[in-house]
Amino acid sequence: MSLDAVGSGDVRARTTLRGARVMRLGPVSLLVRTRALLTTLVLLGLVAVLAAYALSVGTFRLHVAEVVQILLGNGGGVGERIVMNIRLPRVLTGVFAGAALGASGAVFQSVSRNALGSPDVIGFTTGAATGAIAQIVIFGGSAVAVALSAVVTGLFTAAVVYLLASKGGRTGYRLILIGIGVGSILGALNGLMLVRGDLDDAISANLWLAGSLNARTWVHVWPVLVGVVVLVPLVAVLSRRLSMIEMGDDVARQLGVRVERTRLSAVFLAVLLAALATAAAGPIAFVALAAPQLYGRLARMSDLAVFGSASMGALLLIVADLTSQLLPLGLTLPIGRMTGIIGGIYLIWLLTRPRSV
Amino acid sequence: MTPPGHSEPSADVEPRLRADTVTLAYDGRTVSTDLSVSIPSGRFTVILGPNACGKTTLLRALARLLNPHGGQVVLDGKDIRRYPTKEVARRLGLLPQSSFAPFGISVADLVARGRFPHQRALQQWSQADDVAVTHAMQVTNVTELAERSVDELSGGQRQRVWLAMVLAQETPLLLLDEPTTFLDIAHQLEVLELCRRLNRHDGRTLVLVLHDLNQAARYADHIIVMRDGAIVAEGAPHAVLTPTMLAEVFGLQAHIMADPITGTPLVIPIGSLSSR
Amino acid sequence: MSLAVLLVGVVLVSFVVGEKNVALSDTLAAVVAFDPGNNDHLLVRHLRVPRTLLAVIVGCALGVAGAVMQALTRNPLADPGILGVNAGAAAAIAAAIAFLGTTDVVDYMWFGLLGAAVAGGAVYLLGGLRRGTDPVRVVLAGAALTVVLQALTQVVLINSEEAVFDQFRHWTVGSLQGRGFAVLGPVAALVGFGLLLAATLVRALDAAVLGSDISRALGVDPLRVWGLSALAVIVLAGGATAAAGPIGFVGLTAPHLARSLTGPDHRWVIPYSMLLSAVLVVGSDAIGRVVARPGEVGVGIVVALIGGPFFVYLVRRGKLVQL
Repeated sequence: MSLDAVGSGDVRARTTLRGARVMRLGPVSLLVRTRALLTTLVLLGLVAVLAAYALSVGTFRLHVAEVVQILLGNGGGVGERIVMNIRLPRVLTGVFAGAALGASGAVFQSVSRNALGSPDVIGFTTGAATGAIAQIVIFGGSAVAVALSAVVTGLFTAAVVYLLASKGGRTGYRLILIGIGVGSILGALNGLMLVRGDLDDAISANLWLAGSLNARTWVHVWPVLVGVVVLVPLVAVLSRRLSMIEMGDDVARQLGVRVERTRLSAVFLAVLLAALATAAAGPIAFVALAAPQLYGRLARMSDLAVFGSASMGALLLIVADLTSQLLPLGLTLPIGRMTGIIGGIYLIWLLTRPRSV
Repeated sequence: MTPPGHSEPSADVEPRLRADTVTLAYDGRTVSTDLSVSIPSGRFTVILGPNACGKTTLLRALARLLNPHGGQVVLDGKDIRRYPTKEVARRLGLLPQSSFAPFGISVADLVARGRFPHQRALQQWSQADDVAVTHAMQVTNVTELAERSVDELSGGQRQRVWLAMVLAQETPLLLLDEPTTFLDIAHQLEVLELCRRLNRHDGRTLVLVLHDLNQAARYADHIIVMRDGAIVAEGAPHAVLTPTMLAEVFGLQAHIMADPITGTPLVIPIGSLSSR
Repeated sequence: MSLAVLLVGVVLVSFVVGEKNVALSDTLAAVVAFDPGNNDHLLVRHLRVPRTLLAVIVGCALGVAGAVMQALTRNPLADPGILGVNAGAAAAIAAAIAFLGTTDVVDYMWFGLLGAAVAGGAVYLLGGLRRGTDPVRVVLAGAALTVVLQALTQVVLINSEEAVFDQFRHWTVGSLQGRGFAVLGPVAALVGFGLLLAATLVRALDAAVLGSDISRALGVDPLRVWGLSALAVIVLAGGATAAAGPIGFVGLTAPHLARSLTGPDHRWVIPYSMLLSAVLVVGSDAIGRVVARPGEVGVGIVVALIGGPFFVYLVRRGKLVQL
């Protein structure tokens, strides 16, 4: 195949990039990952539909049409109060916490080059639990105190792990190992508090650890909503560079990526997102792990997919919430456990199908 | 950016890449002190030396992957640290020893990543990118593998794919850290022949770290021998590869003759000298 | 080998200390010249000895299981619980406590084994180990099943009486309290089998770490290695968890430590990992008995509180090598 001088619009050489289409206009060229884009849009559509449905169920039943009217501002009466004050905060908390966790998990899996990467790799989830358990078992704090403690200790743990791993500027693998070490220590402390504490306190703490979407108000919604809207696009900007880093620090550096700076920024954003989600709904760890994996398999993406993972995270959370509300079992089904069951089962189902790549 | 055209290797061209009295260290260990070296432009240079002599460290410092504690690396007349990183990536490409292929990535997608330094937010896949990737895959013989997943390939095939990626970067300077490891002998020669073509035909400056003395002798215009972090010999193969040098640096007792096929020095090992 | 000597030393210490310290001479007398009328002798013979031996066995099992798991999946985050074993044991025990009112440690053990076996088998099938060996797939299957089981376990606990949670919370931190010969017997047999199995796989694991291409080239059948290794891990980790509850830190970090001392050759990594874990578990159990007299701190907690900082220190000093 000859490669003469390239004329304008003369496409003699064409590379097949998986699931992508090139759009060119003059000097501008855009690469559109069609399958991924389609998958994300479908996921978002599902989230919207399920959210509308979730707003209609409950002890006070409404039609979806009524819900839509209320959202458009044409509602009134009891229906409006219930939707706007109770259900909408719950649904929005779930959706945005899920999105935050999905994006956060995608970053951690990329940075740790490991399918099991999640915010706990840097000790965040375990650290948050330590703060919360201590508040409940030792200090007897209020719900707000518990949430704040969780976020503060979580962020502190992540910072400590990062600093401990930063010797000589070679983070990467060392970060994972130190995260494991610190996580184990804090996990042991958590176990100790749960065992030694008063039984009632221990039960309360255990319940907090399961996450919850009950009794959510707009105070819960705003931080995580704003966080997702602002931070997720920032992570998306970094995603191309993070994909390069996945190939190896040396490979990425020689391609012109500023590895340490990119990684630090990305991890910082990812921890913030996880913190906001935890403050809003308590710990829901599995979404961060499962959402990027599920999305990647569906969309056949090998690049970091921030929006996709966020959409999948949101979907996981809202499906879990709906399931726990609709199951006629009369059991307490905390959201953190429901996401585990549903996400886990879905992942298992995906694994049982013959994989064609 | 099109590949550089024909150019005869010229001895009086100013070296584009050199290290000036650099001190290299990592993990608390000093590897080299006050090391100076010039990479002759347009030539095929090979760095040789026993294990842990600092050749990979030097290569990484030259590629700006390692910051010298003292001295500086100079690229095209300027301290390499003063260039924007993407600019360095357009002038200098490195194939490192360790790399990870993301799970499920196709060959074409991996090679395409080599175009990163040439791309911008609004120039995500230009015509030049297509040309470069296709050319790189052709030249490394991986075109038929374009749509396969990299995880499915053999070690040798995977190495060629990584080489294609670095070639797609289209850099006039190319540094390769032991590119022939994991390859069988036929593929090793294929890679070295490819490197020779890149040097003679495209005029690229090549620096390879190799283990095999005879391969180095056959392909190199210029050999740099290192030991314990310092350069102990430098020059054309026939000048550098002497029995004395081999004994001192490699602890190898050897006889050197002219290769009957190529005329370049051929090292015939006799035995190892136990004192090192 | 100094590690073996250290282990013997720690074992002897464990015989001696506890809620009530027994002099070393008395301890040895209890073993060789048993006097049923002597309370100390009874204590040593019926509680300390089996408990300490169990600690050794649990440590060995976890150390070997972890090393095998990391070699096989080529994943430094792999610990024996990855095959769903811990989660399976926990789920079975929680169910037993909640629905059957089980309270005896011996019963815990049997249910734990059952749960571990079922979960391990499920991961084996889901991970496609019969047909192919894709480490990522097995790891994901294990992670998925683990999360599902953990979630179900918690749902059961949250919806049960307080006493159920009370029982479970003591089991779940990992403890050797009250484990006598009735637990030691079956677990020792099981772990012994697992260790033998692992011993036969040592050579194959060296090849497996390099990937299935190279291992096939070396005459090792990846499928068989995976199948047998998975069985070994399930037996070892399942046995350990059934005996003592989930003890998390050891299986993950002992192999790293072993590798830093011996290099990647599994003929050394596995024995070293085994001995290091055993020392850690026995030592931690002894410390747990001393530190909070007359009560105890569970061995799972002490292991992480001691091993954790030491591990972080080693990582910082650059002593741990990449897999």
